[in-house]
Amino acid sequence: MRIVKTIAIILLVAFVGIQFIPTERNQSSIVPATDFMRVNNVPETIQKKLQVSCYDCHSNNTQYPWYNKIQPAAWFLEDHIKEGKAELNFSEWDSLSNRRKKSKLRSIIKQIESGEMPLHSYTLIHKDAIFTKEEVVEMNKFITQLKDSL
Amino acid sequence: MKKLKMSMAAMLLLVVSFANAQSGDVKSEAILSDYFSLKDALVGDDAKKAAQSGTKLVAALKAFDLSKYSKEDKKELADIIEAATEHAEHIAKSAIDHQREHFKMLSKDITDMVAITGTKNTLYEQFCPMYDKGSAWLSTSKEVRNPYYGSGMLKCGKVQKTIQ
Ligand code: HEC
Repeated sequence: MRIVKTIAIILLVAFVGIQFIPTERNQSSIVPATDFMRVNNVPETIQKKLQVSCYDCHSNNTQYPWYNKIQPAAWFLEDHIKEGKAELNFSEWDSLSNRRKKSKLRSIIKQIESGEMPLHSYTLIHKDAIFTKEEVVEMNKFITQLKDSL
Repeated sequence: MKKLKMSMAAMLLLVVSFANAQSGDVKSEAILSDYFSLKDALVGDDAKKAAQSGTKLVAALKAFDLSKYSKEDKKELADIIEAATEHAEHIAKSAIDHQREHFKMLSKDITDMVAITGTKNTLYEQFCPMYDKGSAWLSTSKEVRNPYYGSGMLKCGKVQKTIQ
């Protein structure tokens, strides 16, 4: 019994302790000229969906959720943002060559169609990030058009 | 007799220089060789081998030497190499479905590379209309062995272009 108590106390102390470790914040008040929304003519519904579903992990500006105040949740998010931005950064869209834009657009379609993006761990809490069937079709159509126009 | 020797030498020289002009370079041949082992791994439904070839391909792409190309070709090739590297990296760490998605885009990059570098071998661009609204790949053999379906539909496709 005593051992359980000791472990519980250690865990509690650790949990409280990690709350004081700072996290890097991914926030910027300017929307750069290279942003996907600024260089492309994006309909409003599509803009909104991308912003709500993807921009938190794939841009230079994350709308931080409440759970970012709590470790270790914030670390997971930080990790996702780092990895996500390395794959695709909507804020720096226009710095890609046409070849790479096309390949990113193809990947975007695939990821949304297969339901791999947005990540499940994210949609668990961010219900509005989930795509309905109609939204998948609409997004797919727009992204395909954009890809073919490059 | 002397004349014959001379003309033979001249012929030889001609053949050698011709072959040289067509042969691409060592670095791009290394890239092609890794691309083909990747393709064969996908034909054989072997994700692990495909991943290994992907890793090798990343290294081969990194070793590519741009210096002998014109300014314009340099820019295009650098772009191709960057895009292809990204696909090879994904192939090195993904499950087979995802490897095949990236293989499609990689195939386009490698085809565009060959258009600039040339190659010493005859290559066949093959096309299967069924995978992802139609997808192409390169092969050293005329015979169709489909890397997008593997054993699922080994023979889907036809030669659409011969590159030599
Ligand atoms: C919670 C953070 C998060 C959200 C939200 C998110 N992503 Fe991602 N995304 C990632 C991470 C992490 C990776 C890299 C690892 C991976 O592929 O799973 C990634 C990778 C990708 C890739 C590259 C995949 C590949 O393997 O080719 C694409 C494309 C992508 N995301 C598109 C999107 C789109 C489109 C949305 C919105 C519908 C979205 N993501 C929402 C975190 C996220």
